[in-house]
Amino acid sequence: MRTLAKILIVAFCVLAAAPIAWHVLSSLKTPGELASIPPTIWPRSATLDNYRELFTRRSFGRYYANSFVIAALSSLLCVAAGSLAAYSLARTSTVVRKLTTSSLLIVAFFPPIVLLFPLYEMVRAAGLMNHAWGLILPYAALNLPLTIWLLTGYFEQIPYEIEEAAAMDGLSRLQTFVKVILPLSAPALATTGMLAFIFAWNEFLFALTFMNRESSKTITVGVATLSGAFTYEIPWGLLAAGVVASSFPLILLVTVFQRRIVAGLTAGAGK
Amino acid sequence: MQKRGGRSLEIFFYLPAAALLGLVVVYPMARTAFLSFTRTNLATGFHSEFAGLQNYRRLIADSRFHNALWVTTTFTVLSVALEFALGLLLALAAETFIRGRSLIRAIFLAPWTLPTAIVAVLWAWIFNDQYGVLNALLLRAHIVQTPIAWLASPVSAMASIIIADVWKTTPFVFLVLLAGMQNVPRELYEAVEMDGGGAWSKFRHVTWPFLLPFVFIALVFRLIQGFAIFDLVYVMTGGGPGGSTETVSVYSYQTYMRYLDIGYGSAQVGAVVIILAAAAYLLYRLLLRQYAHLS
Repeated sequence: MRTLAKILIVAFCVLAAAPIAWHVLSSLKTPGELASIPPTIWPRSATLDNYRELFTRRSFGRYYANSFVIAALSSLLCVAAGSLAAYSLARTSTVVRKLTTSSLLIVAFFPPIVLLFPLYEMVRAAGLMNHAWGLILPYAALNLPLTIWLLTGYFEQIPYEIEEAAAMDGLSRLQTFVKVILPLSAPALATTGMLAFIFAWNEFLFALTFMNRESSKTITVGVATLSGAFTYEIPWGLLAAGVVASSFPLILLVTVFQRRIVAGLTAGAGK
Repeated sequence: MQKRGGRSLEIFFYLPAAALLGLVVVYPMARTAFLSFTRTNLATGFHSEFAGLQNYRRLIADSRFHNALWVTTTFTVLSVALEFALGLLLALAAETFIRGRSLIRAIFLAPWTLPTAIVAVLWAWIFNDQYGVLNALLLRAHIVQTPIAWLASPVSAMASIIIADVWKTTPFVFLVLLAGMQNVPRELYEAVEMDGGGAWSKFRHVTWPFLLPFVFIALVFRLIQGFAIFDLVYVMTGGGPGGSTETVSVYSYQTYMRYLDIGYGSAQVGAVVIILAAAAYLLYRLLLRQYAHLS
């Protein structure tokens, strides 16, 4: 039983890692080697040319910056708005809290395409097409249900006595929130912020629709359209480098904070 | 100790979140619902003319929509079932590891972290008939004699998309279930052992009941995400060949952005929401009954 379990786990670890490993290896190959049929597995002579071209001759640096700004600002906005609401929810009556959190959960389950066209109309009317804020605001809002849900659970566990003590010291509710509650909740804020960041970095549908200018594209749309699915010449080396470069920061982030992220993802089920 | 002015402050606390949700979620939902009862397209100059249930009637007769529903359901059921079976199996297997669990978790997390659109690019290349590594491996092992164009025929294209989705999302199910297993009190296993129960009765009477809430969360998340699938299909096959992998989200996207038929697109997504709500309700009832039965 035990040996069987070990073999199974090792086999699936290989299956999980192999496709990524193949792209890492391919990204180091020369165009000539990439064009060989059948493809080689190990690069004959490793080169970083594909990455160089990605960042110098293509707008990959631009996609990177766009994605980073959009993901960072939207997750900050989301955590700021979400923590305020979650704090009030955690301190309100049980009926209101239960009703609000369950309706938020229903909202979180709506397929994003339901919102696509009206949002497109609004983004256009506001002159935010090809503008970072055209994605920051939708992403912040779409992450709110999960953020509020997770933070409410966390704030509920903070003893009310701490706030009473703060009130005795003459702090207002907003001051209590900023100076006492937020510092106490730093780990939970970081987890929810990270989940919001990953979501924003990965989003495709809205990014595809609201950002059509080359200099405004995010990384997911940039790499997906790099493939030139509509042309015959496919730049394999660039594609492989694009896949690796676009996922590397996330893999790093998630590996370092894996325990927190898993805890955040499963917090809802524990209740 | 409630301070004076607490009420008005509370409203101020809710305001930013409420404004964002109202603007980005509530208003667009209402607008989509409204548009689904109108004729709004190129011919009307994008002015909305009230059309009653006309768009919904059109759905009933539209074979492309029926096909998209069928494709989406097939994709969702097969990929979620596979992810679930594999995720549960792996979580049970990982339980036997005392050390190295965090390394396993890190490796499994990598596919889940990748953006879905990037996963689509990655697998489209693996499945490519000439340059793809899958054919290269199969040829080398003499399993096939000539390269297969995986994305060019309906059944293998659907299988390719499912494989890509299973690769990306099994880790999510695995991690949720693994976390659930940490909640099982060890003493109960010992109790089953004392009663002479084997591995199966340990699973059936101890692990499974404790796992149920986690099963529910993972299933609902995955079913809803699966039914809404867009990026994977749009990038990997574009819905082809011949519409054989066109999901409802891809069809609706085309209806909106290519045919500019806003009223009809809205009715399509409206129908999907109704179907999803019904499915979630049924699933909830089903699991609730099992839960009551167990406890």
